[in-house]
Formats: sequence, structure tokens, C-alpha cells
Amino acid sequence: MRDVNVLLVGVGGQGVVLASDAMAEVGMLNGYDVKKSDSLGMAQRGGSVVSHVRWGRRVFSPMVKRGEADFLLAFEQLEGARWAPYLRDGGVAVVADVVVVPVSVIGSTTPYPTWDEIERTLCRYTDQVYRLPAMKIGLELGNPRALNMVMLGFLSAFLELEAEAWTGNIRRHLPPKFVESSLAAFDRGAAEALAMKKEKGVQR
Amino acid sequence: MRQLLSGNEAIALGAYHAGVAVATAYPGTPSTEILQSLAGREGVYTEWSTNEKVALEVGMGAAYGGVRTLVVMKHVGLNVAADPFFAASTTGISGGLVVVSADDPGEHSSQGEQDNRHYAKFAKVPMLEPSDSQEAYDVMSWAFRISEDFDTPVLVRTTTRISHCKGVVGVNGERPSELRQPQFLRSPSKYVMVPTNARVRRYAMEERMVRLRAYVEDFPLNEMLLRDRGLGVISSGVAYQYAREVFRDASFLKLVTTYPVPERLVRRFASEAERLIVVEELDPFLEQEVLCLGIPATGKEFLPLIGEFSTEIVERGAAKAGLLQASAAPDSAPAKLPLRPPLLCAGCPHVATEFALRRLGFYRPVSTGEVPPERKPLEQLRQGGIIATSDIGCYTLGVYAPLFALDTCACMGASIGQALGLEKAGVPNKVVAVIGDSTFMHSGITPLVDVVYNRGNTTVIILDNETTAMTGHQGHPGTGVLADGSKGRVVKLEDLVRGLGVRDVNVVNAFDLEALESTLRRCVETDEPSVIIARGPCPLYVKPSGPPFQVDASKCDSCYACLRVGCPAISLLGDKPCIEANVCVGSSCTLCPQVCPREAISQVRDEGR
Repeated sequence: MRDVNVLLVGVGGQGVVLASDAMAEVGMLNGYDVKKSDSLGMAQRGGSVVSHVRWGRRVFSPMVKRGEADFLLAFEQLEGARWAPYLRDGGVAVVADVVVVPVSVIGSTTPYPTWDEIERTLCRYTDQVYRLPAMKIGLELGNPRALNMVMLGFLSAFLELEAEAWTGNIRRHLPPKFVESSLAAFDRGAAEALAMKKEKGVQR
Repeated sequence: MRQLLSGNEAIALGAYHAGVAVATAYPGTPSTEILQSLAGREGVYTEWSTNEKVALEVGMGAAYGGVRTLVVMKHVGLNVAADPFFAASTTGISGGLVVVSADDPGEHSSQGEQDNRHYAKFAKVPMLEPSDSQEAYDVMSWAFRISEDFDTPVLVRTTTRISHCKGVVGVNGERPSELRQPQFLRSPSKYVMVPTNARVRRYAMEERMVRLRAYVEDFPLNEMLLRDRGLGVISSGVAYQYAREVFRDASFLKLVTTYPVPERLVRRFASEAERLIVVEELDPFLEQEVLCLGIPATGKEFLPLIGEFSTEIVERGAAKAGLLQASAAPDSAPAKLPLRPPLLCAGCPHVATEFALRRLGFYRPVSTGEVPPERKPLEQLRQGGIIATSDIGCYTLGVYAPLFALDTCACMGASIGQALGLEKAGVPNKVVAVIGDSTFMHSGITPLVDVVYNRGNTTVIILDNETTAMTGHQGHPGTGVLADGSKGRVVKLEDLVRGLGVRDVNVVNAFDLEALESTLRRCVETDEPSVIIARGPCPLYVKPSGPPFQVDASKCDSCYACLRVGCPAISLLGDKPCIEANVCVGSSCTLCPQVCPREAISQVRDEGR
């Protein structure tokens, strides 16, 4: 049982908190001590959203320490770059190719960064950067709202739990009419991760 | 049974299992979810009170009536409820009375940072502080027991990271099958605080403190962990968790009873450790208690007074104190990235009013810069400039770019009194107070009475989005929606303000920019108090209607008037604005076509929803 520290980041309305809730519960049901912490309140209204999820034998702090995240799941590119310093050396960054341009770039000297710039920022902390073609996957699944399930599926391919630990959670918590499409999204995320890992020659 | 619960959910469940019968609150981050998760449970009366003072007074009545009672608020709410808080300490209770104060170090969603532990000492009330969800659950049954055994309200103090973080809770209690029977035992010497009675109660309070000091010595949730005796750490709340991460071998004294502090326990711990450090967020509250015992300890010498802690911050403090090797310097300057500040939502009914304030040139009392030629006609107004005093709610976001609409924001209800004060001071500007519907009910009524009574001619805009939006859509008297979702009676805003003596009352569609502007222009010129109720539903309540709006690039001349609305659906694509179809709420809003001078924005007919 190894400790797992995950940061899930995105923009209000993307389902970040839902995904982190699911992740926390899956950890608890599989014998981990778990803590999770979300940014709430004013930050909810269109601002950056960040959820910290920690699994371990005994977890004290509810927040991941900067430089100690094993995984950074970014539901939006810019947010991926923003939270990159939380990654540990060699941690895994999964960044959806979703762009939500903040109003602050309008008329500002700080433009929305290009993917190259974002990737360079991430690479200062890790060489494990995965860019998830979320837009394409969303179109193929016919459901752009399923990004959080795709993300969890992707993450599951790096963790030691069986897929059933995750899919059982989806079945328990979602209304019946969303279960099938969510499971499909989860599987698609897991498959994407396996394919990308193979391409990168990653063993884990 | 193991459950994953937030601190707030754990407090609610703990209170439920302790047999709470009445629970009251005014919503406020980070405390709101406590009442929400109690509402609708069988056998508990829950209410959103009009404000925290009322919540606590209702709570006092219920506790006098013999039943276990919970009253919940955020830190600044206890300022509002301070009067009954001190009074409840003086009279004591009959049924257990527990007041939860959820503090917000770091001001995630607050107008101020304050350490409410001082209230416990100030009002001579015992205080318990949980350090995670498990303890949040566990302390509640103790809190009620202490309240009843010592005839006192009990303060349970949490912080944002306790209230909002989720953790694993072993739920070992259940709802008692029999609750305390409601009955009021008349006792004027206890409950009627005329001076002759109150003087006697003062002695009872001090005697109570003496007994409490003895009691907390053996309180089972305080925990001493003796390991490396070189360093002893005294801590409580979430700071304890960070300290455990940082000082991996040190000895620990974790206090749940942070007022009164168990003196003998602290002395015993101090005698075991060579050096003592107190790790606590905000003020040196425990540190001073320890120092008062004549025990040398440090804390705030190395740790910040301001903001919330993290493992990193405690680590830095430890390095400063010479207790840890300083960790490797953080890497070079972080990448410069655009910020993503919170915005008013697409379709927000507050935006048009704030846009009107700004467009009329009201937002800056005196213009100093060059006036663009197309805005010159407004310069006259701007010189006379209207001051917009504001209040607590989503609409306060209008202070930011691109709306820049507001001039003040202090505390609940302050906008109206401030507006009258500016007027009475004699500033030459017109003054408009901007306040939300729930905030008006909370504490806007009495200052409006003050305006009427004292011959003010303030204009008050009540932004009525028919909910308490900022904290997550709770009901309030204007909505008639009760805490458990059922229907109560509606207190109509327009009837209320007329009843207060305001004759010039205007109800305006919050999305009708022209009507808002003309009403505003008229109201600020009159010599009597006026109220403009700008009414429109919160978009998080309303489904988008009709197709989304779209910018016709052939008509758009890139004047960017639409961008000044600050709608999250509108951004730039090249040099032309574009509207995100998934975010736009369509006919539910219509603000951007109203501000477009080129008529370039219209609804797309071919994409039905």
C-alpha cells in the first residue's frame, strides 16, 4: 500500500470536485486512510478549482504539499501549468487539452500560454507529461461532460486498484441513466492511458 | 461504520446523534453545510434565521425550553451574535446549547480574518476545537454534555480546512430513542437579567470557570504523545495535522479543550520536553495561555500571524526556529500565468445594475484621466460622481475588472448606513447603496429605517436574485423557502420597504439596462429616500432559454463594449469577441445585445436546444 497524493485542478463547473469525491471514497473503501480538500466559496464562481486527495496508511494534512503530488490531473491546460509546482520529481501530469480563456487575459500583457509554454512549465518538474485529447474523446463519446470520468479512468491505469474498485463507485453514485455513458468514459480514459504509456515506453 | 465526511457533515451527524432538537443558522462560508445536512432529518427543527443574532436568540429560547440546541455561523457571524452570546453565558441554559463558529483563516470567502477563540475567553464560555472530521463528530456529544453539566453555552470552533475537508469517520453513535422533554422551568433569577440578578450570575460564571478548569484536565480527547523529548509541540485544530507532518519524531500535546486550557496537563507535558513550541493558526492564543503559566514556549516568533497554515509554512517556521534543516530553496520564479479571478456567472442578474453604475460614469467620483471622445457626454455625471457603497454577496465581485462598479464593502448591511453617513458628512456626490436581498433581510432593515427617520435621501438598490446565492442558494424571508425546502410565508421586499416608510419604491427587471439606468438617474436626483428593487433570478436556478447569443463578425467593429460586461461566456477570438454557446443562457439574460452599439449580437436560430 503506497501513499498516493493527487491534485485535481480545473475551472468551476468541470466536475473536478465530483471526481475528487469519487477518488476519496474509492481510497477509503480499499482500506486507505483518506483526506481531501477542495477550494470552495468565492473561488467557485468561474475561478480556479483545486482538489487535494491523499491516500495513505495514516494521513495528517488534508492538503498535498508542494513538490509532493504523485499525480496532477488538470481538466484545463492553464490550470495544469499553474499547479505544476505541486508535482514531485517524476510525478505524472495528465493535462486535458481544454482551453478556458480567463477574462483577465483581455487587454492584459499576460496572454493565455501556448501548449508549448505549458509543456515547458510542466517539464521543469517532471518528464511524465500526458496530454489528453479530451475534446476529441468527448466528441467520440458524444458527451463532453464526461471529462471527469475519462480523467479517473486515466488515473486508474497508474494505480494498483482493480478497475472494479472504480466502476463500482460509479454505479453506486450516479443516477442510472448516466451509468453506462460514465463507465464508457472511464474505460476510454483507462485505454488511452495504457496506449500512451506504451507509446512512451513507461513500465508501471 | 466508516464514512467519508466533511468536518461540517461530521458536526451535523455528531449533533444529530447527540439528540439535537433545534438547529438554527445564517448561511456563511465555511459553516453553511452544517445546517444543510441537518435539515430534513427527522426530529430536528432547523431554520435559516434572518441573521446570526436572531439565530442565537432562537437557540437561547430553545435551550431555555430544555432541548438540545445547535446554533451555527461563520466567524464574522459571531460578531453579529456577540450580544446574545454574552447574554447566554450569563444566564446559562437548561437544554444543551452549542454554538459553532467556523473561522476562515486566509479569508477564502470572507471580508475579514479574526480568531474567534478570543470569544470563548471574552464571554467565559468553554471551547472545543476538532482537528479533523473524526474529532468534529466526536466533540459534539461532549459539547452538549459539558453545556448541560456546567450550565453554559459551549463554543465549538472550526476553521475552513476542518469544515470543508473530508476524512474518514468511524461513526459509533446513533440517535437516542428518547430526547429531552421540552419544558420551561420559570426562574427569573436565572433568566431575567436585571442588574440585581445579573450580579449574582456573574459569581456563577466565575465559579463555573473554576469547575471547568478542573474538568478539562482529564478530558479524553486531549492527547499527549511522548516521543523524542527534545521537542514538545502544543497544537490544536488543523495546525496539529501540519505539525505532525513536519515534526515526525517530536512529542505532541494536542488540545481539543482550547479554553480553558488544562493547566496541569500542560505543565506535565512541559516537564517532559526540553523545548516547547506552540503551533497554531492566527493569534498566539494557546501560546499566551502557556506563557501565563510561566512556562517558556515560542510560536509566533517563527510562525505567521496572518493567513492559514500549510505543511510548507510550518516547515519554514521550523527551519527558522532551528528545529529543521531548511529545505531546498523553492525553484526559481514560477511561470507568469494569467490569473483566473472569480466572476459573476453568465446570466447573473446583478451585472446589468453594476454595468449601469459603471456606464453612467458613476464608479469614479472624479475623473482624472483623459476622457475618450465618445464618453464625453457622461463626464458631467462623473464630475458629480455617484459613490456606490456596497455589501456582502456575489455582487461584491463587481469591484473587480471589468465592472469596477463599487466603492465600499465592509460587513453585512453596512452599505446603507455608510451611504447615509457619506451624505450627512456633506460629500458633494450622490450616494447609492447596493445590497442583496438576503443581506437586506439580514441587516439592511434597521439602517433603512435610520435613513427614513433621519431625513436621508439615500437611494438603495436591492439586488433581488430571490435566493442567498453566494453560499449556495439558501432560502430567506423574501423567498419563503424554509431550511428543509418546504414553503413558509413570504416577506415581500416591496411591502417591507414601504412599511419602513420609503415612498419611492421601484421594482425593475434586473436585465433591463435602460429601465435600470433611467430609474437610477431619477432616484438620485430626488430629495427623499428611494429603493430600487432590481429583480431577476440567479442563473444557477434557471435553465437557459432559447438559443445562445452569437456575435456577427461582419457587423462587429471590435469596440469591446460587450467585454466590459464581464460575462464568462464572452471572450476574444482573434480581435473579435465570441460567445461560448455552452455558457450563454440565451433569452434568460439579454444583456450583451443591449450594450452592443452595432447590433452585432443576436440569438442563433438554427441551433435549437
